[in-house]
Amino acid sequence: MNQHLSKRGGQDMQRRIYLISIAAVIIFSILLGRLWFLQFIDSDRLKEMSENNRLRFIPVAASRGTLLDRNGHVLVNNTPSYSLAVIPNEVKDRDSLLDTLGRILKIDRSELLSKWEKGMGRAKYFPIVLASGISRDHMEFFEENSIRLTGIEVEVKPVREYPNGTFASHLLGYIGEISDKELSSPEFSEYNSGDYLGKSGIERSFEQYLHGEDGGRQIEVNARGRYLRTISESMPVPGQSIMLTIDKNLQSQAEKALGDRAAAAVVMEVNSGEILAFASSPGFDPSLFSGRMPPDKWDAYLKDKRHPLENKALKGQYPPGSTFKIITALAGLAEGMIDERTTVNCNGEYQLGNNKFRCWNRKGHGNVNLKGAMRESCDVYFYVLGERLGVDRIARYAKMFGLGEAMKCGLENEKSGFVPTSEWKEKKFGKKWYKGETLPVSIGQGYLLMTPIQLAAMSAGVATNGKIYRPHLVKKILDKDGKTVKEFLPELIRQVDLKPEHFRMVREGLSAVVNEPKGTGAAARLYEVKVAGKTGTSQVVKLKDSRGAVPYEHRDHALFVAFAPYDNPEVAVAVVVEHGEHGGAAAAPVAGQILRSYFESKGVIKGGRRNTDEDEEPESGDETGDGE
Amino acid sequence: MIDRRLFTNFDWKMLLLVLLISAVGVLNIYSASASYNTAGIPYALKQFYWIIIGLGLLLFTCSIDYHLLEDVSYWFYGILIVFLLLVLLVGKTSMGATRWLHLGFFTMQPSEPMKIVIIITFARFFSRHQPVSGMGFREVVLPMAILSVPAILIMKQPDLGTATMVCLVAGTIILAVGIKWRVVITMLLAAVPACYVSWHYLLRAYQKNRVLNFLNPERDPLKSGYHLIQSKIAVGSGGLSGKGFLHGTQSQLRFLPEQHTDFAFSVFAEEWGFWVCAMMLFLYAALILWGLHVASRCNDRFGTLLAVGVTAMIFWHIVINMGMVIGLFPVVGVPLPFFSYGGTSMITSMLGAGLLLNVSMRRFMF
Repeated sequence: MNQHLSKRGGQDMQRRIYLISIAAVIIFSILLGRLWFLQFIDSDRLKEMSENNRLRFIPVAASRGTLLDRNGHVLVNNTPSYSLAVIPNEVKDRDSLLDTLGRILKIDRSELLSKWEKGMGRAKYFPIVLASGISRDHMEFFEENSIRLTGIEVEVKPVREYPNGTFASHLLGYIGEISDKELSSPEFSEYNSGDYLGKSGIERSFEQYLHGEDGGRQIEVNARGRYLRTISESMPVPGQSIMLTIDKNLQSQAEKALGDRAAAAVVMEVNSGEILAFASSPGFDPSLFSGRMPPDKWDAYLKDKRHPLENKALKGQYPPGSTFKIITALAGLAEGMIDERTTVNCNGEYQLGNNKFRCWNRKGHGNVNLKGAMRESCDVYFYVLGERLGVDRIARYAKMFGLGEAMKCGLENEKSGFVPTSEWKEKKFGKKWYKGETLPVSIGQGYLLMTPIQLAAMSAGVATNGKIYRPHLVKKILDKDGKTVKEFLPELIRQVDLKPEHFRMVREGLSAVVNEPKGTGAAARLYEVKVAGKTGTSQVVKLKDSRGAVPYEHRDHALFVAFAPYDNPEVAVAVVVEHGEHGGAAAAPVAGQILRSYFESKGVIKGGRRNTDEDEEPESGDETGDGE
Repeated sequence: MIDRRLFTNFDWKMLLLVLLISAVGVLNIYSASASYNTAGIPYALKQFYWIIIGLGLLLFTCSIDYHLLEDVSYWFYGILIVFLLLVLLVGKTSMGATRWLHLGFFTMQPSEPMKIVIIITFARFFSRHQPVSGMGFREVVLPMAILSVPAILIMKQPDLGTATMVCLVAGTIILAVGIKWRVVITMLLAAVPACYVSWHYLLRAYQKNRVLNFLNPERDPLKSGYHLIQSKIAVGSGGLSGKGFLHGTQSQLRFLPEQHTDFAFSVFAEEWGFWVCAMMLFLYAALILWGLHVASRCNDRFGTLLAVGVTAMIFWHIVINMGMVIGLFPVVGVPLPFFSYGGTSMITSMLGAGLLLNVSMRRFMF
């Protein structure tokens, strides 16, 4: 196994290693010589420099760029935070100083003392922070009286402010102190320990624009390390501001409509891809992450079954349920397997081999055509269609819409969803695809997964005869004077090449879902504007027993996709309510509310008027049935 | 399986050297981070934990006969190349550079293990290829190819420090194997246009700045140049006997950048002075010479080259880091082995030491 050294080769190598050793000794001697030069010959000069020295570099952090909504409303900002510090070796009478400070700040003396003592482990000329986040009045008082109260110092530093609390928290993200891992990565080679940077959301993905360039002051200090004067200064370059495509008002309306359920909603302009609302609930408070997170709060976030820290609009992947029938229908039309008049007789179930595939409506829908099947979300119609199409053909059409790959909306870690094919199954499991597996796929179950962004893009694609613009969240990057540095223009990423009349037939079905009697999406109906949409209820687990006793985690997801106005589409909406059970009952009303707010702010709908017409109760939603 | 001779042959002297340097390192990190205001575990304690983990890996490394590495060396090499490619292709970050690869359950930085894997790969390659009187042009082609693939991939990330390190280590092994003078001279001549190309196409702006600032520290006295000046002041003002533990003004007043990691030695030099620094240099020199001694007394070519490579890796880290601290080299982010704070560096160094011990204690096996 091993090549033994031939005698001569071995001696040669030993000679060379000997030479290398000598070279190493010489190099070490050079290092030693250099040390001798610095620490002996040049030592007096350098000692003097270090003693009189005084030159010290104080980094001045650049102020971080702000985040704005599409209309220029400030979403995230910076405010100065003042803290009071003492320099221990300049204080003459500690006890009386603490008494005074305690009285002024109304903080217990023992608390100040314990902070002082904790800080004493370090050098005595180093300031110890006694109170952070003190008010402006206090700051001014201390500045004025700094001579009388020897040894105190007021420090100013900008802190990130999220004035709207949990508003759009997943989208905006939060900042935090740089971690060891980040410090050692070249991406952050210009950062120092203790710096803050974006950790998630826009704050993270657009860090390079938001951060700015830190400046600094070279100052002269006395032997005790106190500031004397500024020698030179390089001004920090403030970070650039990000103008989002988000509409602040619509975003809050969307969040309000979702409530405290585990849910996500995406609203997108169909003709530009600009995302107007990007909501994931429940939210969290980003300001907690940049300060000190109270442990109980952190624990509560982690234990919450609704996963408040997860951006469901970006990373949530759900079986699309019946919303996927849009794709199946288009595939059937394009392949010439159905037209508007083709009917299927639904008696509540479909027999394939030995398996029974149930329609959600066990009584059956009778004879239905495409429009009827869409309206009432008949599963059997799509079983029949799906069986004839086969999984690979369905997948091909799904992929035309960009399903199964991330849409690259601008945030990191966007999920890609999943579209199964027979080839995939063969590779992954070494088994061939069974027809019985195609039927669930044709109604959006099985291995299919979609993100809320993809749901919105699919809906936009149908609305625009196949034009899909890249969904994006950032409109512009602005410099500190508000001038545009970079603009993100609409980018057409897909043109789904199908006949306009096929899109029209599907759109008619979608309109029927919302606007016709027996439509499953009646809860999204607006009387001033015609809405089109599709409900979806996707199974989380198979073979559930009775409805009432299903535990929260096993309940079905409720979905709804929509666009409006029907005749001249402007926006697409996707709503997912995790474990919301019925698309028609849980998700459709949310979409309706969001669309109402959208058209109210456009002046199309007069504000305040509610949808009072209750003559048609929304159906309880569509159910999906799987084979057994 | 465990031969008793292994235990009696265990190289306690080398382990002792490593532990001594690491212990001084922890002490120094304590002082270097004394002025930090950190919540959580202090750096010195974290470093202590890293040493313990490193020692575990060291013992594990020497418990496996290094000859087994010979069989798997090309596999290691291939896998790491794939990882390096993946880093460039999918290692996600939209801006700046990317070194980290997310493997689902954990993240890794494949350029770091590449330092050790290039050693194993070269040792294996040259254990089968023995140019009789030094490598000529023809013999040098294949090893250069083996080296340049990872070197270029790492440079692309971009991680200049690690890429340089990989090349220096491989170069040292080539010197040990033997190479003809005319090849060396030709390659040095070829380096001139190569430098030109990398300056214009491969180096990022911040890397260019570092080189320029080294050549002329006054160019940017506030930032990169400032580090160099302050580090020199720190080292020089320590004088012969130093300012005393925890009493270095340069470090405690925080004139120094990154003083617990890359500039840890300048804190040490300021507080302990020339004589102690000289002892420290002596310890490092002893470690290097001992490593080379282990190499030359090893009976098989693979083990010899393995030991040469690992020793070279530790050696070049020492030289580049110290050279930077005392103003001989530009500021490149290279840690001082066993001494600077940092888990990655500690683990690589300990793994290297484990390989050396491994070669050392199995010298009588044949």
